[in-house]
Amino acid sequence: MSEQRTTGPLHGRVALVTGAARGQGRSHAVRLAEDGASIIAVDVCARVGDTPYPGATPADLERTAELVTAVGQRVCLEVVDVRHLGSLTDAVHRAADELGGLDIVVANAGIAGGAPIEAMEASAWQDMIDVNLTGVWNTIKAAVPVLRRTADKDPSRRGSIILTSSANGGIKAPPNLSHYAAAKHGIVGLVRSLANELGPEGIRVNSVHPTAVDTDMIQNAFTYKLFRPELESPGKADVEDLFRSFHSLPIPWIEPIDVSNAVAFLASDRARRITGITLPVDGGLSAR
Amino acid sequence: MASPGRQLEGRVALITGAARGQGRSHAVRLAEAGADVVLVDICADIASIPYEQPRSDDLDETKRLVEAVGRAAIGVVADVRDAVAMADAVDLAIDQFGRVDIVCANAGVIQLKPSTAITTSDWADVIGINLTGAWNTIAPTLAPMIERDEGGSIIITSSAAGVKGPPNMAHYAAAKSGLIGLTRSLAAELGPHRIRVNCLAPTTVDTDMVHWPEAYRIFRPDLDSPGRADVVDVFTALNVLPVPWIDASDVTDAVAWLVSDEARYVTGIVLPIDAGTLIK
Repeated sequence: MSEQRTTGPLHGRVALVTGAARGQGRSHAVRLAEDGASIIAVDVCARVGDTPYPGATPADLERTAELVTAVGQRVCLEVVDVRHLGSLTDAVHRAADELGGLDIVVANAGIAGGAPIEAMEASAWQDMIDVNLTGVWNTIKAAVPVLRRTADKDPSRRGSIILTSSANGGIKAPPNLSHYAAAKHGIVGLVRSLANELGPEGIRVNSVHPTAVDTDMIQNAFTYKLFRPELESPGKADVEDLFRSFHSLPIPWIEPIDVSNAVAFLASDRARRITGITLPVDGGLSAR
Repeated sequence: MASPGRQLEGRVALITGAARGQGRSHAVRLAEAGADVVLVDICADIASIPYEQPRSDDLDETKRLVEAVGRAAIGVVADVRDAVAMADAVDLAIDQFGRVDIVCANAGVIQLKPSTAITTSDWADVIGINLTGAWNTIAPTLAPMIERDEGGSIIITSSAAGVKGPPNMAHYAAAKSGLIGLTRSLAAELGPHRIRVNCLAPTTVDTDMVHWPEAYRIFRPDLDSPGRADVVDVFTALNVLPVPWIDASDVTDAVAWLVSDEARYVTGIVLPIDAGTLIK
């Protein structure tokens, strides 16, 4: 392990990131570590329900840890399902004790899927709500007592909670995503109510609303077929123009780092007066 | 890296309302990040506006602050309502610096009065400065920006009052709300040219626009001559975070993020820096 960095705007802070094994979560963990934070990296490291793409693996989570360590920060790994409040709470408390409190919570873990209402299984609805909405609430529920305890000991450590919603699911709501849109819109309700609830003590709550991000969650055969049903086995190139047409900027999707940069902004003192906001990172998708 | 460092090296920013307050704060920060700046301000009082406007000394001071961090600055005394003067300011910017990459349409004024007391000329002044003034600032920059084909970032200062509609500022809320429509339409239109357009929705900012005797009396009608300390609780009650107002630098932090490559795919957004007032 390299020597721990002693600089950066988040030096001395601790950040919890769920869904940290890969994709956006891994990127957030590394980005916040680059800014000086120690990281609690949580992932279920398994396929969830019938999600139409492979699950993350323990090796993925280990890789996140290597990347955090490589930028000189400490990391605690916790293999936990955000649907299990008890084990999530235990994990967050244990890791925060080890790393010296908790300042930043990035409730990022989420799944994708899609089907018309008649074809959507009740189990698909339930998995989606359980992971993408209840899992977010569980994460906050587990973290808030630790955020408070940390702030009590050191008033300069004011918590920042960042929830991953979606531009397409949490602002707009296209067809065949009823479960996803319900969960991601629900996150907006969590942001606003909890921002009001926790704001008086200086804990901020905001959400980010990415457009399609270039990760496994959308780059898979299921998504390609959902968007290009007329093709027999469409690939990435077959959806690129269509995805580009969703945006004002000439891009088909964004990179995980673009979301991480928004997360890092909201986590930092640069956003010390920002709470209750729903921040699109969406190439103009939701404003058109 | 979180700080923009010198990532605006070689870029040029046009900032209106730059003599003091938020505009000055934006100018200095963008200069610290490497940009040369063109600073526009009216530098004269406006008859219908019930607090003093800055003077040319103030604009000179902003220029001095920019030069002190090693960047070039041009000061232009102009009224944003004057489309010809604003086009001239943009021409001057391009003459001197070769380009305009960043526009901060920040100039704005406020009056606080019930709508029954808003006169036709009050309406014309507030809409003219806050809404048409932003258009006059942005419009002449667009053709050269498109032609240069290197993208750009336009930041329009709206207000939390442009999202909600507080009482006793019908013209102000209308203008600030109009800026949100301007932001979204321009973002959709200019996105293909990689020109990003976003707007800011601050809560009360601790500047001269807020602190004037008549404003204090409106918020504390129960007192004979209320002062700054007398309105702290009233303003704090508007926000979720326990602060009466925010600093200009808090808005500048958002500007610095929006103009940076960290926000390269952020366009068409309304960014509240509002201590939670919009969701309260």
